[in-house]
Amino acid sequence: MNISRRNALALGGAALTVTLVPVSFAQAAADDAMAQAVAEFTGGADIAEGGIELTTPEIAENGNTVPVGFSAPGAKRVVLLASKNPGPVVSFFTFGALSAGDASTRIRLAGTQDVVVIAEMADGSYTQVSKAVKVTIGGCGG
Amino acid sequence: MGKPRVKVPKSAKAGEVITIKTLIKHKMESGRRKDKKTGELVPRNIINMFSASFNGEEVIKVDLHGSVSTNPYFQFQMKVPESGELAFKWADDDGNVTETTSKITVG
Amino acid sequence: MKKLLSTVALGIAALTIGQAASADPSRTAKLVIDGTEISTHAKGMAGGPLDELYSGWLFRSDETRALQLDDFDNPAFVFVDDGETLFNKVDGSEGKSCSSCHEAGDFKGLRPVLPRWNEAKGKIYSMENYINDCRTERMGADKWKWSKPKMTSMVALISLQSRGLPINVATDGPVADIYEKGKELYYTRVGQLDMACSNCHEDNYGNMIRADHLSQGQINGFPTYRLKNAKLNSIHARFKGCMKNIRAKPYGQGSDEFQALELYVASRGNGLSVEAPSVRN
Ligand code: HEC
Ligand code: HEC
Repeated sequence: MNISRRNALALGGAALTVTLVPVSFAQAAADDAMAQAVAEFTGGADIAEGGIELTTPEIAENGNTVPVGFSAPGAKRVVLLASKNPGPVVSFFTFGALSAGDASTRIRLAGTQDVVVIAEMADGSYTQVSKAVKVTIGGCGG
Repeated sequence: MGKPRVKVPKSAKAGEVITIKTLIKHKMESGRRKDKKTGELVPRNIINMFSASFNGEEVIKVDLHGSVSTNPYFQFQMKVPESGELAFKWADDDGNVTETTSKITVG
Repeated sequence: MKKLLSTVALGIAALTIGQAASADPSRTAKLVIDGTEISTHAKGMAGGPLDELYSGWLFRSDETRALQLDDFDNPAFVFVDDGETLFNKVDGSEGKSCSSCHEAGDFKGLRPVLPRWNEAKGKIYSMENYINDCRTERMGADKWKWSKPKMTSMVALISLQSRGLPINVATDGPVADIYEKGKELYYTRVGQLDMACSNCHEDNYGNMIRADHLSQGQINGFPTYRLKNAKLNSIHARFKGCMKNIRAKPYGQGSDEFQALELYVASRGNGLSVEAPSVRN
C-alpha cells in the first residue's frame, strides 16, 4: 500500500497529539490503526466533509450496546469506524440501487471516542462525518 | 444463531421507501474476551456477513469486522419498485448460515 | 483527515477534564409500543413509602428508552422467541410440552399478581416456581436454573401476556409475614458499604451514582434485557448484582430472602404497568 502524503501528515498529527496530552502507547497504536483503516478504504484519496447524517448518542449509557445510524444518500460503499476500538473497522456496507444509502445498528465502544463514517459516492469521491460519543462506565447496579 | 426477527411492511406503493428492521440472536464473540474460568481467549465467532436482496438484486450487504453488539440489529430503508420477495442472509465465522424471506405486495 | 485527528485529540482532553456526564432521563416521556401506551407512572398507595411511582424506563437515556418503543427494536424479543420455541418443545419423560396443557395467552393476568401464596405448597410462589413445578411434576423434566436463559426466556414470554396491566400483588393474609420480612430486608443496611436498598432507590432516585441514573428499583419491567450483558436478567439476579455492588454477600436466587424481597419490591410498584420484557442499561 502506498503511503500518501495525507497519511504521512496524519501520522505526524498523531505524534503531535502524543506530545501535547499524555496518551498511552495503546492510544498511539489505535490512532495508527485508524489511519490505516481509513487509507485502506479510500486508497489515500481526498475526503470531503459532510453529505452524511450520523446519529449517535452524545453519551452512551453502556459501551456494550451503542445505537448508531447514518444516512449517506447516493453512497455505494460506507465504512463505519470506531476510532479507539482495538480494531477500528466496525463494518463495511455495500449499497445497491434500491437502497437509500442508510443503515442503523448497535455497536460496542471500548471507551469515549469518535464514531466515524466515510462514504464512497457513486462518482468515486469520498466524504466523511464524525461524532464523539462519551461512554460512561456503568459503575453500579449489578 | 437464533431465528431471525424481521419487520417488513406487507404492502407498499410502487416507488415507496420503506423501513426494514432485522434482529438476530448471536453471541458475537469478539475473539478478545478471556474465558473467566480458564483464562484463555475465547475464539472469535461473529456474524461476518449480513445481506438483503429484493427479487435477486442486492439492496444492502454488510461485512462485519467486529464491534457489532451481541444480537446484531440492522435497520435500513429501501425503495420498492414492484411486488416481490426480500431475502435476508446472515453468515457467521463457524460457517452457520441463516436465511429468511418476506413478501411485499405493491398495489 | 486532519479534522479526524483533531477531534480524536479533543475527545482525550474531555476525558481528562472528567466532566460530569448526564444522559437524558425524563419524567414525562411516553412509552407507546405499537400504538398502545403503557403507563410508566402511577400514584403510590396511601401511606406507602413512595407518593409517585416511576418505572425504571423513565430514568434511562433517550437512546435506551427508544429500544423499547418497538418490539422489533427491543432486543429482548429474541429471547421471547426462544421462550415460544421452548413452550412448544416436548421435554421430559411424559412426552409433553407446555403447549400440551397451556396456551401462552392463558397466562394473561398472572405476572401482576406474582409472587403470591401457593396454598397447596404452603409457600410463596414466584413465576419460576410454577414453571419448575410443571416441568418436574407434570412433564417429568429437569428443573431450570432460576436465572439461566431457558427460564428467563420463558418468564419473558409469560410476563409479556400481561404487558400494560397494573401490578397488583397481595401483601396481607398468608403472605403478611413474608411481606414484613421483605420490608425489613429492604431497609437493612448491609455490606462493606453499609447501605440498604432504600438508601439508593428511595432516598436518591433521580440522582446520579457514578455515571448511572438511579431509579426507584422497580420490578415491573422484568425480565430486563441489559445493554451491559446483552441478555435477559431475572429479578433475583438484579437483586444479587445490587448486593454485590455494596459488597454484601447476596442471598441465593430463589431463596426465601429474595422471594420476600421480591414480594416487597413488587408491592412498592403496585399500580405501575407490567412492561416486560424491558430494556435497561
Ligand atoms: C400436563 C399438563 C401441563 C404441562 C405439560 C405444563 N403445565 Fe403448567 N400447569 C398445569 C396445571 C394443571 C397447572 C395448575 C393450574 C391451577 O392450579 O390452576 C399449571 C400451572 C402453571 C402455571 C401457573 C398458572 C397460574 O395461573 O397459576 C404456570 C406459569 C405454568 N403452569 C407454566 C407452564 C410451563 C411454562 C410449562 C412448560 C415448561 C407448563 N406449565 C407445562 C399443567 C401443565
Ligand atoms: C449503591 C446504590 C444501590 C443500592 C444500595 C441498591 N441498588 Fe439497586 N440499583 C442501583 C443502580 C445504580 C441501578 C441501575 C439504575 C437504576 O435503575 O437505578 C439499580 C437497579 C436496580 C433494579 C432494576 C430497576 C429496573 O428498572 O430495571 C432493581 C430491581 C434494584 N436495583 C433493586 C435493588 C434492591 C432490592 C436493593 C437492595 C438489596 C438494591 N437495589 C440496592 C443501585 C443500588
